[in-house]
Amino acid sequence: MAKRDESSELLRELVAHLRQNRTQLREEWVARISETRLLTAMTKEEIFAEATSVYDSYVEALETETFEALQAYARNLSERIIPRGVETHEVVGIVLLLRDVLARSLFAKYQTDFKKLNRILDAYEPAANRIANTVAVGFVQERERVIRQQQEAIRELSTPVLQVRERLLILPIIGVIDPQRARQLTEQLLRGIRTNRAKVVVIDITGVAAMDVTVANHLVQTVEASRLLGATVIVTGLSPEIAQTLVTIGVDLGKMNTVGDLQGGIEQAERLLGYKVAALAEPS
Amino acid sequence: MEVPILKQGAVLIATFQAALSDADLNQLRSALVQQVVRFRSRGVIVDVTAMDVMDSFASRTLREIAHMIRLRGAETVIVGIQPEVAFAMVQLGLTLEGVATALDLEEGLAYLNQKFKTVK
Repeated sequence: MAKRDESSELLRELVAHLRQNRTQLREEWVARISETRLLTAMTKEEIFAEATSVYDSYVEALETETFEALQAYARNLSERIIPRGVETHEVVGIVLLLRDVLARSLFAKYQTDFKKLNRILDAYEPAANRIANTVAVGFVQERERVIRQQQEAIRELSTPVLQVRERLLILPIIGVIDPQRARQLTEQLLRGIRTNRAKVVVIDITGVAAMDVTVANHLVQTVEASRLLGATVIVTGLSPEIAQTLVTIGVDLGKMNTVGDLQGGIEQAERLLGYKVAALAEPS
Repeated sequence: MEVPILKQGAVLIATFQAALSDADLNQLRSALVQQVVRFRSRGVIVDVTAMDVMDSFASRTLREIAHMIRLRGAETVIVGIQPEVAFAMVQLGLTLEGVATALDLEEGLAYLNQKFKTVK
């Protein structure tokens, strides 16, 4: 208990010192930041403004020894600077720079009293490390949250089932298909067939460069499941690599209806549905 | 539970009301195969909308029904397979190959009428 009290006592002294030299230390810190070419995405004024509030939150966290306010501030800061393209190493770098700047000033102040310096550092270092940790973790968590959000958005965007004519659906697939996405695509397609009463479905995989054996098998199963619902599936835009994969797994070509490109697929679908598209006049 | 078989013009319609036991399926098979010639029907529709599971025996029986009826001179369409059931079936390898399928009863009738026209 006595040790704890002493440590708080020392931290209070430390905080007083940091408050007193606020302007000078802050400027030194900002100078170090631009010297090491961190935060290049931000202007000098912005860096200075952010540095001021980081400095104050830092001192406050040292004083109160609670990190919630700092955590909230770090999250808020991350939210603002992540869209500007600030990297993790920059955030960690500036917090560590601040730690170094403050440690130097402590050395300068207590250089005559080595014992006291030692004790001050004993109190300062754990707190400073925890602050650095909190800020870095806050930044990374915020980044991960943003990434998760974007992943979700992409996933929702990536599976449109479109009706182009009465009873004709198109399912354009773009990008990498993993087993999870394949399952989602199948579910959406089968549901789409039911709700739109589709007779023909064109699955266009021009935008898919390659697929592994599992996903290729899944594609074949999707075609068969659609047939059980009474819909014919036409697959278009198979790349040579995917064709190779399908041949390797030994797909029954009698079940797979394939056409070279999307246009050909739609034309065949229209024939199956009994449509005939005719030009009314020569294009001008 | 026995499956009722309705006669509608040249088409016989058998609608599953609930999940069926193996004995019920066998009974349905013999009833359909007999009646298709007795009524001089040209098409048979088996409606499985009410089935939320399709095991290998049911699936094999449906295929047998379709092939036997073909040999008795008529066409068979299986209608109303639920999306989840369809995907579970292909994952188990039960794909009803060589059997016509349609979305629902209406589609099945349209399919058969189309067939009758082309045969005529």
